[in-house]
Amino acid sequence: MSDHTAPALQTPSQTVGPFYGFALPYAGGPELVPGHHPRAIRFHGTVTDGAGEPILDALLEVWQADESGALSRELGSLDRDGFTFTGFGRCATTIAGHYTFTTLKPGAAGTAAPYILVTVFARGVTHHLFTRAYFAEDSELHATDAVLSAVPADRRNTLIAVSEGFVGGAESYRFDIRVQGENETVFLDFDA
Amino acid sequence: MSQTPSLRPGTGAASQNEITAEIEEIAADAAARVRAGGSPELQPRRDYAPYRSSLLRHPTHELVRVDPEEVERVSPAFGHTDVNVLESDLTIQHAGEPIGERMTVSGRVLDGEGRPVRHQLIELWQANAGGRYVHKRDQHPAPLDPNFTGVGRVITGDNGEYSFTTIKPGPYPWKNHVNAWRPAHIHFSLFGTAFTQRLITQMYFPGDPLFALDPIYQSIADADARARLVGQYDHSLSVPEFSLGYRWDIVLTGPKSTWMESEDADE
Repeated sequence: MSDHTAPALQTPSQTVGPFYGFALPYAGGPELVPGHHPRAIRFHGTVTDGAGEPILDALLEVWQADESGALSRELGSLDRDGFTFTGFGRCATTIAGHYTFTTLKPGAAGTAAPYILVTVFARGVTHHLFTRAYFAEDSELHATDAVLSAVPADRRNTLIAVSEGFVGGAESYRFDIRVQGENETVFLDFDA
Repeated sequence: MSQTPSLRPGTGAASQNEITAEIEEIAADAAARVRAGGSPELQPRRDYAPYRSSLLRHPTHELVRVDPEEVERVSPAFGHTDVNVLESDLTIQHAGEPIGERMTVSGRVLDGEGRPVRHQLIELWQANAGGRYVHKRDQHPAPLDPNFTGVGRVITGDNGEYSFTTIKPGPYPWKNHVNAWRPAHIHFSLFGTAFTQRLITQMYFPGDPLFALDPIYQSIADADARARLVGQYDHSLSVPEFSLGYRWDIVLTGPKSTWMESEDADE
């Protein structure tokens, strides 16, 4: 069979629904590094809907560069060895609509300021939503970041994770996601 | 939206006729836009009122269109160290045989240029033959099957191919509206070679009488695009004395494919 057939039309997206429980979450999914890693950060927040209510059946995925800004090509994101940083994580929200990842603060990949790519799936979300979490302390780099520059200035704050200081031995960053409504998170459409 | 329908799951009071009327109204609107020179809506509308859960869960701002950068242009690497080959057979995960129509679902994963998507992760999950998920919030009073969890994984092969052995899921009721039933379907989660190709979708079965009534399936306004979610019976995939075969090919976005605008650009 030939390697390259013909241009084909995309398969449409459908909601993840509420009942992905035994399929998608997996042991260690939210822990890109173990909590005792000396530079582990807590990356967490609440996902809310247009009424400000927590979305308790959301599934979040993160994908990010390592501390040096490099992207992993290592296998093992599902079956972690506890040492290899693969850059991928998955977390279902709790009944309070809350998620928590344990990870490393990424370095800058390419010309972008450091960020974590976040993907939101949930019942009622017909097509997953992409957003980015930047870090407040990198504000100098934000001025020249291509994506932040494309976002209306008064909405950029929705893409910034804010440090809450050290909590339980790890620096804690809060990144709340508001799917709809007041201070609605900026979601990105990659012209891919 | 003229009035606010019931927003909470489990409280949908609309009748099927009301939901069907809403579905038809949106379909007519989408068809009129195409006749007026617009692009067909190949992806579901994010704000699709007949699917009540979308009302409070769609962004009201237009998405900000940007170029993917390095992080978006690559994808996590999964391999056979992540997925045991036995995970693609959903019928052998327990001591006994699951109840239902045993089937094989196979196909290829391609990108928008028609190239095979190799060595990438597919995850699937589904209800059992009675239309019940193994999930604590699924309260449909259909029996749980002790021999069926309904979860599988596979890594695509060199030609982008995949294959699962499972049983046919049943349709099931849900609380979007009165007498709402989902057509039988299997949920698929896919990774491509770029994170922008990420896709979660559902495969349906040919000839299902519930298609016209289902606001999730109908959230894709374009009929040809919807039809791409329907697997086809393929006798060559049926295994003698064992299972019936269905073929379902999946196309992720390609590097140069056009992302279709599915939201109203009304702001």
